[in-house]
Amino acid sequence: MTGGPAGGVAGGAARDLVGAATGSVLEVRDLRVWYGTARGPVRAVDGVSFDLRPGEVLGLVGESGCGKSTLGRALLGLLPEGTAVDGRIRFKGRDLVGMSGRELHALRGPELGLIFQEPMTRLNPLMKISHHFVEALKAHQPGLSKAEMRERTIEALRHVGIPPSRVDNFPHEFSGGMRQRIMIALALVLRPAFVVADEPTTALDVLVEAQILRLLANLRTEFDTAMLLITHNLGIVAETCDRVAVMYAGKIVELGDARDVFADPKHPYTRELLRSTISLSTTGLHYIPGAPPDLAEPPAACRFHPRCPEAMRVCAGVDPIEVRAGGGRRVLCWLHGPHDKVPPGGGERLEREAISVADEA
Amino acid sequence: MPTKPEAGAAAGNTAATTTPGTAGTAPDPAAVDGAAAGGGEILLDVRDLHVHFALRGGWLDRFAGRDRGSVRAVDGVTFQLRRGEVLGLVGESGSGKTTLGRALLGLVPPAAGSIRYEGRELVGLAERRLRPLRRQLQMVFQDPHASLNPTMDLERAVGHPLRIHRLAAGEAARRERVAAALERVGLAPAERFLTKFPGDLSGGQKQRAVLARATILDPKLIVADEPVSMLDMSVRAKILELMLDLKRQLGLTYVYITHDLGTAKFLCDRVAIMYLGRIVEIGPTEEIFGDPKHPYTRSLLAAVPEPDPTKSLPREVPRGEVPDAAVRPAGCAFHPRCPAAFEVCGWEGRDLRALLEQRWTELPEEQFMAETSTIGDLAALDGQTGTVGVPTGAGKTAEDVAALLAEVRAGDPAEPLWRGVRAVRVAGGHAAAEFFDGVDPGLVQAGGVEVACHLHDPEMTGLADRLAAERER
Repeated sequence: MTGGPAGGVAGGAARDLVGAATGSVLEVRDLRVWYGTARGPVRAVDGVSFDLRPGEVLGLVGESGCGKSTLGRALLGLLPEGTAVDGRIRFKGRDLVGMSGRELHALRGPELGLIFQEPMTRLNPLMKISHHFVEALKAHQPGLSKAEMRERTIEALRHVGIPPSRVDNFPHEFSGGMRQRIMIALALVLRPAFVVADEPTTALDVLVEAQILRLLANLRTEFDTAMLLITHNLGIVAETCDRVAVMYAGKIVELGDARDVFADPKHPYTRELLRSTISLSTTGLHYIPGAPPDLAEPPAACRFHPRCPEAMRVCAGVDPIEVRAGGGRRVLCWLHGPHDKVPPGGGERLEREAISVADEA
Repeated sequence: MPTKPEAGAAAGNTAATTTPGTAGTAPDPAAVDGAAAGGGEILLDVRDLHVHFALRGGWLDRFAGRDRGSVRAVDGVTFQLRRGEVLGLVGESGSGKTTLGRALLGLVPPAAGSIRYEGRELVGLAERRLRPLRRQLQMVFQDPHASLNPTMDLERAVGHPLRIHRLAAGEAARRERVAAALERVGLAPAERFLTKFPGDLSGGQKQRAVLARATILDPKLIVADEPVSMLDMSVRAKILELMLDLKRQLGLTYVYITHDLGTAKFLCDRVAIMYLGRIVEIGPTEEIFGDPKHPYTRSLLAAVPEPDPTKSLPREVPRGEVPDAAVRPAGCAFHPRCPAAFEVCGWEGRDLRALLEQRWTELPEEQFMAETSTIGDLAALDGQTGTVGVPTGAGKTAEDVAALLAEVRAGDPAEPLWRGVRAVRVAGGHAAAEFFDGVDPGLVQAGGVEVACHLHDPEMTGLADRLAAERER
């Protein structure tokens, strides 16, 4: 599975590059990330490609351990020491892969932003809120006067609904939702062109979550910021994203317009994940047998085949090739072709033992 | 997303005792029948329950004997639970749902009120008398990882309750009961799992093991606190299904604590919506979700993100967040955020502060600077009720302040706060807003549910109409 890009992927990449000419802010091509662990290398991200236009929100969904957070951090050059990265991340014409730490550091803030899940752990408890902003502005826009920095700070906070009277408070004096607003203001005070929001509302209550999602939606139209929104909540994707990428075991298995994907999922994993989501309209319980794979020893060929209700013999034997399914949809599943690449007999149903409850979860 | 990570620490202690004779797993047929009929006998009768936590000040406060007051985590809760029923306690963080659940099992001492279990009063019962009852009352926590001791294999962990209370006669008998409990939760064949450690298991398998431990003593009531919220979407349904299976097999009754409305709607027979320590709406699940009465319930339901791209984000999201329970809002605790609040809901000084601060985040800079200099320190508004003095900015007059308030009001006449203001006057060199007195709402019957909201109390809407006539235009 670590071989060169298959034909379909290469073709897809070429077509995406045409799209890039119309103004992508970010182009990711065949990105791979490995972690070294005691049990051998873990391929957390394994050949991921996509584009992002200015002002666009791409939702990245998947279950825990599928590599979605690793992908988000890789895009910002925030991976820990000892991680190997391969592939291309073109941001405004420059390749971020292989860029020096110093160059990346200069880009983070004014060009690349990050909004974390737990804001309290990202704010310095001993620093006033205003001080956080002054530090960010000092580092990236050294020409500003004290009064200008104060003005920019108040403006940025007002934008996210934090009253000016609270500017000199400390982080612990704010509620969880307010802290997340502050984090968003901090990420956006330098007007980055691309922001990764990693589960930005997971720790928040449903009403505050709705407030924050509304705020993010307003900000991206205002500043034209492109955003990768990482979440496990399909409801959030449906309501806030233009396009969605579904990730399973390090690979994007389906990508397309969010409405289209939710209305007519092509990949069996997308469909099963949607069916197993419990929402207000749920009338029966459904789940996916088995459990997400261990990325140190992923299943051969299609990584979803052991859990897939429609697995064929080819799925267990040959790596799937990405195909286009119209409307900009990409699917990594043998059900959708290319049919001429399926070996004889490969289309037969995969015989296997039933997964016992004990193996699942 | 652990909202109460520390809760798991107590997991090992909730296991309790059983008598050696009741080792079987046969359900009580009466209980199952009762569940099917939906009208079983009352298992748990909770009346006006209060749980308070003292606020600890700094060492200086304690040295000087100063009292920092207390937080009313559960503030007067009344409900009944019938045998075989699944009751959902639904609310946001800080609603008191977890504290209420723990209080039901005697894990936190109530400050006042009554909990009757099968007619026996639990509040004030000595630990020695409570212990034998605890075998019938079990708890499952949110984080299965924190609920299991990483150094105990499943045979020891699941059999721990038996060991603590010296219930199984000998190693072999205990192993047999542990194996039966494991197989009942789907961890089969049990031989494969007896020697496993929590670290070898997936999240769902761990939660299964926790359920095996909770059911090994053949309990009657299980309080499950967010049992699936830390699990992946694709496995949540399996655990919920298992809970329903166990309920059928063992004749269990559940209290299901959650912030997730989707699972509550699916699992529960009845639902209690909690806000700041109180039940604001309680009734049959179908009616709560089909025809919600309380504005808070309505807001919650509208805000749940649904995996349906034709549904967009709700335009109206209640402003602000759950307030600090240590300084409860006057009147109805939800009124500062409520889109439908009116004259009698408890408007007060700090609501005016919140309104002005919110306005100032939205104005163009020049106007914002002008307005902030007209009004003095907004902190002066906190804690004021009735006639609320509004501070004057340096170099400004009380008339300036009153004129600005009139302008703010004219700019957004639909803002609910203004319904609570009788008049803005200038007297003795100060501007003051006169608020109507608020009334604390109790539960009233509305359709098939009980709801704590003045909108559903004809007496209160009548009073509001009379007050509105007094209001100065």
